[in-house]
Amino acid sequence: MKTLSWKHIIVLLITVAAVIHIMPTVNPALWPHKKINLGLDLQGGMHLALEVDTEKAVESTVERISQELRNSLKKEHIRYTGIDRVDGNKISVQIPEDSKQSFDQILGKEFKQLRLISTVPDSGQIHITMDLPDRETIQIKKLAADQALETIRNRIDQFGVNEPDIRRQGENRILIQLPGVKETKRAKDIIGKTAILEFKLLDDTHDVNAALKGNVPPGSQILYEIKVDPATSREIKVPYLLKKGTLLTGAYLTDARVQIDSQYNEPYVSIDFDKKGARLFERITEENVKKRLAIVLDNKVYSAPVIQEKISGGSARITGNFSPEEAHDLAIVLRAGALPAPVQVIEERTVGPSLGADSIRKGLMSMIVGGILVVAFMVLYYRLSGLIADVALFMNIILIAAGLAAFQATLTLPGIAGIILTIGMAVDANVLIFERIREEMAVGRSPRAAVDTGYQRATLTILDANVTTLIAALVLFQFGTGPVKGFAVTLSLGVISSLFTSLIVTRMIFDYLLLKRKTRTLSI
Amino acid sequence: MQLIKPGIHINFIEKRKIAFTFSMLMILAGIVSLIIHQGPKYGIDFAGGTVIQIKLSTAATIGDIKSGLKSIGLEKSSVQSFGERNTNEFLIHTDITDTDENYSDTLQQALKSSTGTDVEIRRIEMVGPQVGKDLQEKALFAMFYALLFITIYISGRFELKWMLSGIMAAALMAAVYFFTLFKVSIPFLIGTALILSLVLFWFLELKYAMGAIVALIHDIIITVGIFSIFDKEFSLPIIAALLTIIGYSLNDTIIVFDRIRENMRKHNKLPLDTIINKSINETLSRTLLTSGTTIIVVLALFVLGGGIIHDFAFAMLVGVVIGTYSSIYVASPILLAWQNKEKK
Repeated sequence: MKTLSWKHIIVLLITVAAVIHIMPTVNPALWPHKKINLGLDLQGGMHLALEVDTEKAVESTVERISQELRNSLKKEHIRYTGIDRVDGNKISVQIPEDSKQSFDQILGKEFKQLRLISTVPDSGQIHITMDLPDRETIQIKKLAADQALETIRNRIDQFGVNEPDIRRQGENRILIQLPGVKETKRAKDIIGKTAILEFKLLDDTHDVNAALKGNVPPGSQILYEIKVDPATSREIKVPYLLKKGTLLTGAYLTDARVQIDSQYNEPYVSIDFDKKGARLFERITEENVKKRLAIVLDNKVYSAPVIQEKISGGSARITGNFSPEEAHDLAIVLRAGALPAPVQVIEERTVGPSLGADSIRKGLMSMIVGGILVVAFMVLYYRLSGLIADVALFMNIILIAAGLAAFQATLTLPGIAGIILTIGMAVDANVLIFERIREEMAVGRSPRAAVDTGYQRATLTILDANVTTLIAALVLFQFGTGPVKGFAVTLSLGVISSLFTSLIVTRMIFDYLLLKRKTRTLSI
Repeated sequence: MQLIKPGIHINFIEKRKIAFTFSMLMILAGIVSLIIHQGPKYGIDFAGGTVIQIKLSTAATIGDIKSGLKSIGLEKSSVQSFGERNTNEFLIHTDITDTDENYSDTLQQALKSSTGTDVEIRRIEMVGPQVGKDLQEKALFAMFYALLFITIYISGRFELKWMLSGIMAAALMAAVYFFTLFKVSIPFLIGTALILSLVLFWFLELKYAMGAIVALIHDIIITVGIFSIFDKEFSLPIIAALLTIIGYSLNDTIIVFDRIRENMRKHNKLPLDTIINKSINETLSRTLLTSGTTIIVVLALFVLGGGIIHDFAFAMLVGVVIGTYSSIYVASPILLAWQNKEKK
């Protein structure tokens, strides 16, 4: 007796596979451990798009090169009247005409990467303008974006987010998805901090107040320490006059940890330098005893303690009125390193967890109500055949859910809308078939013949109609982001699974009723 | 149970002039509304800006919220209540796209002191101006390519002119690519491409593709127009809805077209208008049933789905109704236009 054809086996396999894939969503302990991913709009969380200011990375490279150039000229005793970075990424040098030759030598030996733009003689002086070749700047930009991505990934890993999604988009954008993050402010702070740590000496030979009036001495700059008055919770900005030259940077850091000051019971961040950094730090402290050394992070002064004695051993502490969280986050960004260029948040979508839960509840509610109405209507309209279509519909939803879990696609609120829409449209294929069957029965065919012709005639139409929806869904998937992509996914899954259920599964049920049970009449 | 008795004969084609007038009026109303509103009302996805959804513990007036916003320099924001009544939820729209790390704290504090109740910030969406422009471009291209691929499929399937439609599509894509190099505005570009395709369909006699695509453009223009009349915002999900409407409307059109082809083979003596009428009548109960079930679920979503999905459901609702109408009254009469063209 031929009871199991290949069709039966396929349907059975697919059903079993679908059920297996849905189980982990109900109980995560079960194999294959693939739950349906909920989008940020459903579980709450944060979506950020950052733009890396790669232009700034080029500028700081040029700045560094001009510094090196300055040092080289000094070493070779070549006089210069000015070395400046101009127009963002050009270096302008003024030297006396008679040093031109030795300058060219240095350029040829140590600064091969620089491209000469113009050489203008001007009363005994030569103005030379140089920049980096385009190939080089493109490389710097690319590297900056890559490094920024890596640094941010590092920071988020240390911050501790379950299943973050961090990826590049285009040349200089970074997309970040942080599901379930509640402390969005902290997360943003950690991600966005450039975290350039610098140690600079205070300029104690000049007066801060005079400098504040606009009389900043050359080679110095004003930076502020930002304090919060605990009584009024108002911000106070304390100005410092600092020497521009950076003595030591965070590039030499090996570790940063939160510790608690035993005296004041306040958290601080202790940092450790590598060997070279430790040597530098020792020399700086040795040469500047009794002077104040400012610890500057992203151009904000954190503290400016007086150096009491030479500090060896390569560790320092950053104090400031930190809360434990602030100290913890500062340690993270210091450990993960500085961003090679500042980043700017260009898109942010934050959904609170309670809103997400609301959305799920409302989405499921409309799904259930819509589903029940459609199921009831089909039974009312097509009787037993309607019930068969309902079985297909039910299976359809299970297949979509399984598909979501199996492909690890993300279910979003528009995705739920997609499922709801599929419920409405999934019966379409069966309606087409049933209407054909009715037509055939009306001209007097037997139920079996009517079912055969009905399926046969309707199949091509159904395929045509669904392919076009699939085209729209695929285009949506291609261009969509986040929630919209989620909609495209469920719609595509819905179209494919409704083809399967309406053409194969319902057919099997009809065949079973008409062939095995030898039903003579058809309730349709 | 049967809605439509077999053998029913409604003369749809005869009423095509009325339908034509109706469609024209709808399209005109939409265009007038678009002109009055100075183009579509873009949400922050496309225009850039910030939307903040807040929930208050107890009732407060919009005025209270506005005064709180004013205290932190956001006096230009618009505030509207959101969601169901008595949930004390509000949406705040601002143009500002700089949400630094203290943004939500400052906002929460300011609103708390002005409304005198606890404020929960449920959602913040900020889209920078450049991102908005990118998304706008992407959305328009998505619509365009969806239309393009669908027409290739239709001309291929119904008239077996795969090559012809393929070449045409390739030419259009090349033209679009070529023009983007000159930084022409995207809506203008896509408008030109669509008109060009319609002209090509006409001369290449791809009548089914022509009928389908005219119906699609008709549906989209009317849905966009209705959105403009109701002063609703275009966001990314609405574009998703419009694309789905494209798929749905086509679904309907194809099923009628399929029947027309079948009937043309069966009764090749009958005049085209009779065949069209017969085909529409034969598929009428299916059309109504499917539209019915779809409308039921979309209505459930519209009523129960909550504020965030509301406009999306509204777009779908309008689209399903217009899509069903257009497959009967717009797509098929276009086929008839060919017969008249050939007679001349």
